[in-house]
Amino acid sequence: MRVQQLAARTGYYTTAAALAIVFLFPLVWAGWASVKPTPGSGQQVGYGFGNFIKLAHYGKGLPTYLLNSTLIAAIAVAGTLVVATLAGYAFARFRFPGRNLLFLAILAILMVPYPTLLIPLYVLLGWLGLQNTLVGLALVLTMFQLPFATFIMRNSFEAVPRELDEAAMVDGATTLAVLTRILLPAVRPGLITVGLFAFLASWSDFVVPLILISSPDKFPLPVAVVNMQQQVFGSIDYAALEAGVVVLAAPCMVLFLILQRGYVRGFMSGSLKG
Amino acid sequence: MAAPNALFSRSAAARRSQYQLAGIAYATPAALVVGVFFLVPLGLVLWMSLHQWPLIGDPTFNAPANYTRIRDNALFIDAVWFTLKYTIVVTILLFAAAFGLAMLVQRPRPGVGFFRTAFFLPGAVGFATASLLFYGLLSRDLGPLNPILSALGLIGKPISWVSGSPNLALGSSIGLVIWRWAGFNMLILLTGLQAIPGEVYEAARVDGASRWQQFTRITLPLMRPTIALVLILMITGSLLAFDQFYILTNGGPDNSTTSVVMVIVREAFTRFDLGSAAAVSVLVLATLIVFNVVQLRVLRRGDRPAGD
Repeated sequence: MRVQQLAARTGYYTTAAALAIVFLFPLVWAGWASVKPTPGSGQQVGYGFGNFIKLAHYGKGLPTYLLNSTLIAAIAVAGTLVVATLAGYAFARFRFPGRNLLFLAILAILMVPYPTLLIPLYVLLGWLGLQNTLVGLALVLTMFQLPFATFIMRNSFEAVPRELDEAAMVDGATTLAVLTRILLPAVRPGLITVGLFAFLASWSDFVVPLILISSPDKFPLPVAVVNMQQQVFGSIDYAALEAGVVVLAAPCMVLFLILQRGYVRGFMSGSLKG
Repeated sequence: MAAPNALFSRSAAARRSQYQLAGIAYATPAALVVGVFFLVPLGLVLWMSLHQWPLIGDPTFNAPANYTRIRDNALFIDAVWFTLKYTIVVTILLFAAAFGLAMLVQRPRPGVGFFRTAFFLPGAVGFATASLLFYGLLSRDLGPLNPILSALGLIGKPISWVSGSPNLALGSSIGLVIWRWAGFNMLILLTGLQAIPGEVYEAARVDGASRWQQFTRITLPLMRPTIALVLILMITGSLLAFDQFYILTNGGPDNSTTSVVMVIVREAFTRFDLGSAAAVSVLVLATLIVFNVVQLRVLRRGDRPAGD
């Protein structure tokens, strides 16, 4: 029995460790390939950051693309947090005409394939004067985040006992004061989850800016790196490409590892009730 | 209930309507975003599909030409068959991988947190980023795969994974998708697995049920809603596949890995025909709505015996 248990445990840890290596290997390899010496790349002799320096000077320059991506992510995260928090508060605490209809409309976003929306959005943003702008792009990304974000925020507010806001109301607090002073601190985990999801999605999104942004000085980093991959004639500089992958992936992985708990908790409440 | 006095009920009514107004005010930003960026485009795509709509210039009404022309679009027909084939293969493999991982990390034991994080970590990276990563990883120039395989004596000469043949290109894309999405789906399945009370298994064990019986008689039936959710996500995602083919295989070789969404983008921004792209989009939307309704029926039916 003892031997059997030991064998089972060894088998388990061997399998799990082998699988962990399979899943982690590409990430580790990308980091290594971006700094190792590669003939014909920005880093020819010894280990170093030559590929990153080459990447920094590609096209309009890495700082431009990084700034674009940061702005897009910042507007999309802020927009998602504000809109979803207010909507979550409205759905959890108030009854008003059109309440169910609006909630259904928000959830319906999940049902509609994104290309169905991107073609008309391209035309619509033109009419609104938002075509080829970072703000227009960030607002579209905010819209795509709303179903999940509103759902999480509504659940978060519903989990807070109503007695808390009722007591404050009796003391004469307005609904806005109740939200900012009492409820917001209570729903902080929900806010972290929603913000993290919005960041991961908007920082890395490729299709939406590919279609909605046309001038190279407004490209976010994913579009710029894919352009580098597809526009180079002759030999592709794979090492510089992996340097781009590292710049794209690093913030996501660091944020995920720090906020992992919030992410998983949001996931559980989202998928269990969804 | 005692009759409330007039003064009190009037102020209560006033408060109630004030309350309603506050609710409307808080919901307004969401209503605006959904209205402008979701409902209006939804109507607009239908309208556009009825027009000859060039990228630049004025649209002219031409219904139903955009729809009738879809039939003659050979690239689209091929893309439909390819996308269906891809969806079936990927859903089976990805589901098996995700379920296997979820079973592996289900029980708490030393080190299980590390394994969960390791399996999920590719899911934190953007899908386009992952596609770029694999483009280098599978390349003949920089990729480590060919040297490793030839050192092991498994291959004689280097293989062009992403462009060597249609099957290699499809296989590379599937490898990428499983790597990027298995951990994500594992997490959803894990929430379902952990919602099954331990006592149920305990009782089955007392009754002498084998491991396999526990799996088929308890785990699978109680997991049905979660499994349905994961399958909906996988099938919808696969039918709308774009990044992996646009970036990793560029639709090739010989358009063999061109998906439906790639055709939509090509109609719009290579052929500058937004009306045709809109018509294909509407077709995809209609297909997915039918599919989702059917799936939700199945999901509901699975919910009832489990007792919600």
